[in-house]
Amino acid sequence: MIQKSNLRLKILIVCWLPLLFLLVDAVFDNLGSNPIRALHIRLGDWALRFLCITLAITPIQAVTNWRGMSEYRRMFGLFTFVYASLHMLGYLIVDQVLHWKIIGVDILESSYIWFGIISYFIIFVLAITTPNWSKKVMGKNWKKLHRFIYLAAIAAVTHYFWQLKGNLAEPFLYSIIVFILLGFRVLISFKTRHMSKLMIPKGRKTSKLSD
Amino acid sequence: MINKIPNSEITDSKAFKDRRRIIKAILAATGSSIVPAFAASDNARWQNLPKSNLSTGIMTTPSEIVENYTNYYEFSFNKKEATKLAQSLPIDPWSLQISGEVEKPGTFILEDILRQQTLEERIYRFRCVEAWSMVIPWVGFSLGDLLKKVNPLSTAKFIKFTSIYQPEIMANQNTNTVLEWPYTEGLRIDEAMHPLTLLAVGMYGETLPKQNGAPLRLIVPWKYGFKNIKAIVKIELLKKPPTTSWNTFARNEYGFYANVNPLVKHPRWSQNSERLLGSEFFTPRRKTELFNGYGEQVAALYKDMDLRHFF
Repeated sequence: MIQKSNLRLKILIVCWLPLLFLLVDAVFDNLGSNPIRALHIRLGDWALRFLCITLAITPIQAVTNWRGMSEYRRMFGLFTFVYASLHMLGYLIVDQVLHWKIIGVDILESSYIWFGIISYFIIFVLAITTPNWSKKVMGKNWKKLHRFIYLAAIAAVTHYFWQLKGNLAEPFLYSIIVFILLGFRVLISFKTRHMSKLMIPKGRKTSKLSD
Repeated sequence: MINKIPNSEITDSKAFKDRRRIIKAILAATGSSIVPAFAASDNARWQNLPKSNLSTGIMTTPSEIVENYTNYYEFSFNKKEATKLAQSLPIDPWSLQISGEVEKPGTFILEDILRQQTLEERIYRFRCVEAWSMVIPWVGFSLGDLLKKVNPLSTAKFIKFTSIYQPEIMANQNTNTVLEWPYTEGLRIDEAMHPLTLLAVGMYGETLPKQNGAPLRLIVPWKYGFKNIKAIVKIELLKKPPTTSWNTFARNEYGFYANVNPLVKHPRWSQNSERLLGSEFFTPRRKTELFNGYGEQVAALYKDMDLRHFF
């Protein structure tokens, strides 16, 4: 028990480190010639990384039979929310200084921002439905709702490469990761459905097993 | 002096330097040392150049920002990385070939060209299509003055510029990554002859750093940055519009004209405002101006043209 909470604390600290390093770089003027853009990229990158980690836990457990991590999935999901929120607040406050007129035009005219908003909206809804009681209240719908995380991931990757001029190497890497994670999920659900059809006598409902 | 930039929105280079100094002092006290990658020398190559009356504004972006933030895809897609890698480009001696619809075509040594031209300092706004901007004191001469020396024919309607092709040094040229190499750009002849159109050989009173396009680059201040081709080896005067790199890559995103225009958005992002580099956190973006603020001088070139169509 003690060991477990120890690990929890360690992961918690590690998850805050990217923010700490970012603040240190900002204070020491280490963010390069365009520090505001660097801020957006760093926070956005970490939001996307945490999103990928969150998505990776189920497949990793399925492949390795290693059961330890599922309780940390929620934590990683919440850190996705934390870094995505900082990313958005950085845009609104540090970059645009809440000049709503310029922000309005910028959002209307920049389709890459729309994908960011879609992604953030989903992450926000998933974050506020995190508590156990909300899981209880929502019942089956909770799981359905939280599958939208895949849509959030696709929108986030699109948001990333949609604002680049020509070099798509980095968002391409994220696309591959998200594609693999999503593909794995589809494969598992297909396999489960297929297998259950073979194993369960005709006439029985099989949909429950596919979850 | 035209188009004065209000003081409030100009990079406060004093504040920037002060902040740098404080940080350096802290680091020095803790025993670490900073070797500036591109130290500005006290005895600059061009100290007392005539200040052009075509200059914009007064305050310039700190040079270390300009030197470390440049798109040079031949070397790398990462701006900082490109700066490092560009240092391996040999630029001396350098020759420039001028051909096509001219009476006196030829290949000229850059030093000889410079001897014939009067260099001046021009402080221009620089607006990248990626929605950031700088204010840079270039050293150079009007492209038109060079073209007059080779007597363009009346059939010369367009002008094509070609960058150096050195795949053994410029790694991305090996693979035709993103763009087809060498990089090419073009102007209409009246744009090329416009007095604002500059061939730059220096900035901040110094020889042009390699990452910023040494030894010879184009500067057309009312157009987006990608028009300002670096390391030019060839200028051709043509009857027909040339193909240009970014336009070939994505015709609907990067037009041939590429005039700075806040009302014509990039298909994927707004061009309505820009981040002036050197500004601190919590500084609002700057409103982008039509023709980057040079409308008074260049708007006549495009009268009767639908700028939404010819973007």
